[in-house]
Amino acid sequence: MEISKAIRRVDNDEKVSGIAKFIADVKLEGMLYAKTLRSTRPRARIKSIKIPKLPNGYFIVDKNDVPANNRVKLIFTDQPFFAEDVVNYIGEPILLVVGPDKAKVLEILEQIEVEYEDLEPIFTIEDAESGTKPPIFGDDNLFADYEFTKGDPDAAFARAYRIIEGEYRTGIQEHIYLEPQGMLATYEDGTVTVYGSMQCPFYVKNALVYALGWPEDRVRVVQTTTGGGFGGKEDYPSLIAGHAAFAAIKTGRPVQLILDRTEDIEATTKRHPSIIRHRTALDASGRIIAMEIDIKLDGGAYATLSPVVLQRSMFVSTGPYHIPNVRVRGRAYATNNVPRTAFRGFGAPQSIFAVEMHMTNIAEALGENPIDFKMRYFLKKGDDTATGGSVHTDVKLDEMTRQVIEMSNFYEKFERFRKEKGDTVLRGIGFSAFLHGCGFTGKGEEVIKATAKLRRRDDGKVEILVSSVEIGQGAQTTLRKIVAFALGIPMEDVVYENPDTSRVPDSGPTVASRTVIIVGGLLEQAAKELKARWNESGEIEVIKTYRHPEYVRWDDEKFVGDAYPEYSWGVNVAEVEVDPVTFEVRVKKVWGVYDVGTPLDERVVRGQLEGGIVQAVGYATIEVMESKNGKLMQNTITDYIIPTSIDAPEIETRLVVSPYPYGPFGAKCLGELPMVGCAPAVAAAIQHALGLKVDEIPARPELLLKKWLEKSR
Amino acid sequence: MKIEFELNGQKVSVDVEPTMRLLDVLREHFGLIGVKEGCGEGECGSCTVLLDGKAVPSCLVPVGMVMGRRVMTIEGYRKTKKFKVLLDAFAEAGAVQCGFCTPGIIMAVESLLSENPHPTDEEIRRGLSGNLCRCTGYNMIVNAVKLAAQKGAGLW
Ligand code: FES
Ligand code: FES
Repeated sequence: MEISKAIRRVDNDEKVSGIAKFIADVKLEGMLYAKTLRSTRPRARIKSIKIPKLPNGYFIVDKNDVPANNRVKLIFTDQPFFAEDVVNYIGEPILLVVGPDKAKVLEILEQIEVEYEDLEPIFTIEDAESGTKPPIFGDDNLFADYEFTKGDPDAAFARAYRIIEGEYRTGIQEHIYLEPQGMLATYEDGTVTVYGSMQCPFYVKNALVYALGWPEDRVRVVQTTTGGGFGGKEDYPSLIAGHAAFAAIKTGRPVQLILDRTEDIEATTKRHPSIIRHRTALDASGRIIAMEIDIKLDGGAYATLSPVVLQRSMFVSTGPYHIPNVRVRGRAYATNNVPRTAFRGFGAPQSIFAVEMHMTNIAEALGENPIDFKMRYFLKKGDDTATGGSVHTDVKLDEMTRQVIEMSNFYEKFERFRKEKGDTVLRGIGFSAFLHGCGFTGKGEEVIKATAKLRRRDDGKVEILVSSVEIGQGAQTTLRKIVAFALGIPMEDVVYENPDTSRVPDSGPTVASRTVIIVGGLLEQAAKELKARWNESGEIEVIKTYRHPEYVRWDDEKFVGDAYPEYSWGVNVAEVEVDPVTFEVRVKKVWGVYDVGTPLDERVVRGQLEGGIVQAVGYATIEVMESKNGKLMQNTITDYIIPTSIDAPEIETRLVVSPYPYGPFGAKCLGELPMVGCAPAVAAAIQHALGLKVDEIPARPELLLKKWLEKSR
Repeated sequence: MKIEFELNGQKVSVDVEPTMRLLDVLREHFGLIGVKEGCGEGECGSCTVLLDGKAVPSCLVPVGMVMGRRVMTIEGYRKTKKFKVLLDAFAEAGAVQCGFCTPGIIMAVESLLSENPHPTDEEIRRGLSGNLCRCTGYNMIVNAVKLAAQKGAGLW
């Protein structure tokens, strides 16, 4: 399609030349700086806070300065903006010091003394399960506890010829968007305006309205150029937007709050670590007849988005496979760790890792090649999903798998590497197949009812009015392209400014790979209507509100039906080299074939795929974050290592297109897919190289060495 | 203390503590916001500038050290012909996503190409290993550098 051809990104030049203004680059007249005093204890009662005498022009902002509700409004309202009598994680905000000179602000911060009385903390899922410690959340200390069933798993397990079990673990992952989080608030004429780095302007606005108890028209949120998000700027910005706003209201001056890197690592959200158990029932012919999956997530100290992360994790936990009988249980535990929330993939990378490794292990137990084994179970159009919904459009996994086998020369290497006994290097190759549910999980889209507006202005330009933001993923280019192509007008005639909640309708947050398929879809419809009305004179406004296609059915009580309206698909092969002395892993090359529907810009698509693959390679290998007694052992980017240009593997990707009739120009979802599925291909390759089970990621050298010693014993 | 140096081709002087980070002097005293702070510990490369033509992380350089020397930031570099070649190569290769790392990477690329106008893939990867990018996965940046080296032949 013509639209798929790459064009120059609209934000290329301002970013390359350093003109683009990120929030730390904005300075306003009379602006004050804020820094946060944070808890140094994982769980404690605050007995007293001693504040030194403040010089003129310096302020403390704390829980008493929150006008209405000291709670960040999200799914629950458990998280305070500022700690009240207790703290629940190291890094939790207690108060702000605000003033004109940054160095002085830091100096005051250091003089503040907090006296704590320690309480019994809960650090791990095991701790939480023991039930011996006082709960952090509710009576059962669970943010969510769900179960759903398809078919009759009990009967299937009762008649099983063989049952194969496995336990899989995934670690904490930190976003490391390159731009640390930051906000700037002003208070003028009774209105508070917050500018900042964010994915979801209306999450921030709604949180502020609730905290302030003010009418909506006195709260305005404007997104500034955002240096990466990956989910880390989904809900966390609401918290610091509150901080900046309360400080601006108290001081009557603009207030800027920018986190430094260590603060950002220690205090902002993470990907949930998980423990996932699989039990699979096989009949006498070795065919899978049922799966039982038990997912446990460590949610950290506050609920954030954990219930929905857990849902996505559960709904895709059988992978891209057709399994007739299924039972999935999921629990998200409260612990005294920094809160975990959205991170590209949103619970799916954990459960896809588990199911992919488990399927590989079953194939090995049956003496089969994992690709041949997995291919027999691939979902097809018309099949029922884990939640008993339906696959409504064509699935091209067979063709994609054939392509990736050919591109990577999989079979030949699979046999050859197994026979090689390298002294200096052990080589392995691994395969993974995966899917991603497009848009919000479950009832999400029905609740938010995304609205998009298109306006043909008096100057002849067409303006996109949506709350979706550019965070690097290419929204500025892609959404403009949809409108320009649908209207048949030049790109330059389409205007799309950073969203300002006082000007744009709520088209939902910039998350869940929903920007193109949902918001882009609305813009395409709006553009079509606008085109039909093009000859009307004057300004024209077209508004569209999202509804699922007619065939989508979902029961949010029982978790039965279409958890997503549509899916994108992918397959990966990874080739690795493992040093047999140090057990360091080098990912040499990753091949990928993806179906994201029609690509709306081939270069943007490739950028998302490659970036996602490298994040997943980091997740599978070197991105180690450990927490000891609630304290992160890696709190700088010297210690928390993400892939550099040297670590990044060579990458080769291809697209296979099964268009989605309800997506703009046939597009589906893209951003999360490459992150969701690549880690198990890497882990399977390491497993192949070493001949031992890699049931935990990151597959760090110490872990591999330990397993190696156990194996040779 | 009065510190004099050449900034983007002009003689400048500032009166600050010599221990102050060059990064802060550039951003706060000269308003050069293209120099970004991503970590403040010399690990991410977002704050990369040229000191006498060589890429350095400005967050690790005390301003006293640049006395009498040449400092170039993206603001100065973007006026050059070589920059234009990089600008187009980055667009064509898809080397930019969120853009926070980009100005620093451009300065690192200039430093690399000025020493080695026709680097191999390996040399490019090594040359950029001090600059983190969380968005692109790097390969498209490596391609941009190769493209620039080819299109801008003779400039470096
Ligand atoms: S800010 Fe200087 S290297 Fe990261
Ligand atoms: S483009 Fe976002 S960090 Fe490089």
